[in-house]
Amino acid sequence: MDRAAARRGPPVDGRAALKDGALAGGVALALTLPLVGLRTVEVQSRLAIEFHLAEVAVTGLLVFLGRLGLSLAAGGLPGPVLAAALAAAAAGWLLPFPTETLRVLALAGAAVVAARALWALHNGRDRLSRQDRDRRMDRLGARLQDASRLLGPAAAAMAVALPFLPFADRAVLDLGILLLTYIMLGWGLNIVVGLAGLLDLGYVAFYAVGAYSYALLAQTFGFSFWLCLPLAGLLASCAGLVLGFPVLRLRGDYFAIVTLGFGEIVRIILLNWADVTGGPNGIAGIPRPSFFGIADFTAAPEPGRLAFHQLFGLDYTPLHRIIFLYYLILGLALLVNLFTLRIRRLPLGRAWEALREDDIACTALGINRTTIKLAAFAIAAMFGGIAGSFFATRQGFISPESFSFIESALILAIVVLGGMGSQMGVVIAALLVIGLPEVFRDLAQYRMLTFGAGMVLIMLWRPRGLLAHREPTILLHPRKSASRRQAEAAEGR
Amino acid sequence: MDYFLQQLINGVTLGAIYGLVAIGYTMVYGIIGMINFAHGEIYMIGAFIAVISFLALGMLGITWVPLAVVMVLLLTMLFTAVYGWTVERLAYRPLRGSFRLAPLISAIGMSIFLQNYVQLVQGARVKPLPPVMSDVIVLLERGDGFRVSVSELQLLILALTVVLMIAFTRLIARTPLGRAQRACEQDMKMASLLGIDVDRTISLTFVMGAALAGVAGVMVTMYYGVIDFYIGFLAGIKAFTAAVLGGIGSLPGAMLGGLLIGLIEAFWSAYFSVEYKDVAVFGILVLVLIFRPTGLLGRPELEKV
Repeated sequence: MDRAAARRGPPVDGRAALKDGALAGGVALALTLPLVGLRTVEVQSRLAIEFHLAEVAVTGLLVFLGRLGLSLAAGGLPGPVLAAALAAAAAGWLLPFPTETLRVLALAGAAVVAARALWALHNGRDRLSRQDRDRRMDRLGARLQDASRLLGPAAAAMAVALPFLPFADRAVLDLGILLLTYIMLGWGLNIVVGLAGLLDLGYVAFYAVGAYSYALLAQTFGFSFWLCLPLAGLLASCAGLVLGFPVLRLRGDYFAIVTLGFGEIVRIILLNWADVTGGPNGIAGIPRPSFFGIADFTAAPEPGRLAFHQLFGLDYTPLHRIIFLYYLILGLALLVNLFTLRIRRLPLGRAWEALREDDIACTALGINRTTIKLAAFAIAAMFGGIAGSFFATRQGFISPESFSFIESALILAIVVLGGMGSQMGVVIAALLVIGLPEVFRDLAQYRMLTFGAGMVLIMLWRPRGLLAHREPTILLHPRKSASRRQAEAAEGR
Repeated sequence: MDYFLQQLINGVTLGAIYGLVAIGYTMVYGIIGMINFAHGEIYMIGAFIAVISFLALGMLGITWVPLAVVMVLLLTMLFTAVYGWTVERLAYRPLRGSFRLAPLISAIGMSIFLQNYVQLVQGARVKPLPPVMSDVIVLLERGDGFRVSVSELQLLILALTVVLMIAFTRLIARTPLGRAQRACEQDMKMASLLGIDVDRTISLTFVMGAALAGVAGVMVTMYYGVIDFYIGFLAGIKAFTAAVLGGIGSLPGAMLGGLLIGLIEAFWSAYFSVEYKDVAVFGILVLVLIFRPTGLLGRPELEKV
C-alpha cells in the first residue's frame, strides 16, 4: 500500500464525526451551564442568580461545530470544511452574539478549523505526526539558534540605542524596564530550570528576599544602592542555600511542590512579620539609586551634593533617572546572560546539563549531585535577589502582594515557553508574556486567562518549549552550523 | 481540656474535607505519577456549583433541607466530574509519555486558567451563603460558660466522609474498575496488554477524584458560608500535603494525612498563631518529604532510569 493513502487514513465517517461533535458539544454545555449560565450576583447584600442561558447554548453549538469541522477536515473533506469555516467566520462578523467574547471565540475557532483544513488540502494528508511536527520545530529552533549568534548582539545593540530613538518616551522606557526585569529573572531561573533541570516554583521568594534586603538595609542603616546590590545578591543566595539544602534529595514533582511551599512561606512571613516588613502595607519611600554615588537625580540637590544634570551640564528632566534605570537593568540582565553563556562551557555548566538529561547516569559518572544542585540554586537565587533589589529601587515601594505565586508562575512560564535552556527563547517569551498584555491593556481582565490557556496549549504543542533545541556542548567539528547538524540528524533518523 | 476537645472536633471536621480532596491527588499520582495541580481548582469549582445549586433550588422552591443538601451534593458531583474528565482529556492525555515536567506545567496552566475563568464569569467578590444547617448540639458546658459543642453540620460532614471512604475503599478493592485501576498503577503497559482500557481507567480516576473534590467543595461552602475564586490554591496545596503525609498512592493514607493536617491546623491556630498556620502546614510538608518521603503509609518508591 502506498504511503500517501496510508497517511490519509480511513475515509470520512460522517456518523462518527457527528457523534464526536455532539459529545464535545454536550460536555461544553455541562461545563458552562452552572458557571456561565447561572451567575451569582449580589442584590441588596443577598445572592441571587442571573441567567445567561443564551451564552451557554451558543458555546455548546460553537464547540459542536468546531469539533465536527476538525474531524471532517482530518477525515478527508478539507475542501467543504474550508468553505464552511470561512462562511462561519463571515457569519460570525454579522450575526448577533450574546457577548463579544463569544464572537471572538467563534472567529478564532473558525480560523483554527480553516487553517487545519487548508493544511490538509495543501499537504495532501490529514495530520502531521508528532515526530514530524517536532522535527519541523526543531529545525526552526536550530535555525534561530544559528541566527541568534547575530540576532543576540543586534538585539543588544537595539536595546542600548533605544533611549535615544525618537519614539522613546517615558511609557516606552518603563515598558522596556519591565521587560528587562523579567528577562533578567527569566535568565536567572533558566539556570535552575533550563540548565540543571530542576523545576523551581518558588523563585519569587529570592526576588522578594532581594527586594526586602535592599529596602531594609537602605532604610535602617542608610546603605547606598551600590553597596546594597551585592549584599542583596549575597543574602538571596544564602536564602537559596538554606532553602535548597533540605530539598535537594527530592526529585521532579516533589521538588517543585516544596519550592512552591517555600515561596509561600516567605510571602506569609513577609505578610505577618509586621514589625520588620511592615506587613501588608509593605515598605514605602525606598531610596532611589544615585549615579554611582557621584550625583543624584534631582532637580535641586541637597547642599554639598551634585545633581546628575549639573555634572554633565544638561538641562534637568526626570527622564534622566528612567534612562539610567533602564541602562542599569540592561547591564544587569546582560551580565546574567554572559554568565550563563560562559558557565555552560565550564565543568559546572556541563555537570548541570548532564544532571538535566539523566540524574542517575550523572551520579554514576562521579558527579556530586548535591553540590551542583546547590550551586545552581544559590547562583540563580543571587540573580533573583539582585533583580529584586532593582525592583525595589525602581518602584520605591514594595509589599508582599508583588511576590505571590502567580509571579513565580509568570517567570517559570517565560523560561518554559521559550524553550528550556534557550537564552533567546527567554527574550521572545518575555516579549510575548509581559509585552503583549501591556500593549493590550484594555483586555487586562483576560490576561491571566489567556496566559493559563497559552501555557497548556504550548505544552501540548511543544512540550519542551517553543524554541527548545538542545545543542551538544562538545563537538568534534565545531564549525558546522546548528541547522546543518539538525538536518543531518533528521536524515539519519 | 474543654478547649482542647472543641479544637479536636473542629480539626477533625477540617481534616475530613482535606482528606476528600487528598484522595483525588493520591489516586492520580498513584496511577500516572503526576501531581494534578488543577485539582484544587476543581474543589473551588465544586464550592461555586454548590452555592449556585443552593440558590437555584431555592428559586425552584425546594427548601426542605435534607432534600436540598442531597440534590446539591449530586449536582455538584456530576458537574465537577465533567470538569475533571475534561481537564484530563484536554490537558493531560495528549502529554502522556512526554517530557516529564510537561504535564505538571500544563497542570499549572490549567489551574491558572480555571481560576481566572471562574473569576471572570462569577466575579471576584466573596460569595456569602446563608447558613443551611445551624443547629448545634452542646456536649459539655463549663462553669464559666465555655461550651464544647458539635454542630449538626459537622456531624453530617463526618458521617458523609466516613460513608464515602467505605464506599470508595470497597470500590477499589472489589469492583472490576478498582481492579483495573490497581493494575494500571502497577504496570500500565502490561495492563493494556491484558485488555484493560488504560485511557478509560485513567479518565474514570479523574472523574472519581473530581467528584470527591466536589463533595469537599459543598462541605466547605456549608461550613464556612463564604467562598471566592481563590480558595482552591491553598486548599489544593494543603490537600496535597495531606496526600504526601499519608503516603502518596495510598487511600487510607490520604484520609489519615487529611485528618492530621486538619488537626495540626486547628491546634496551631488555637495554641500558637492563626497567621502562621499555613507556614506550619508547609513546614510539615517539607519535613515529611525530607525524613520520610514515602509518607506514613506509603510504599518505598524505586529510582528507575
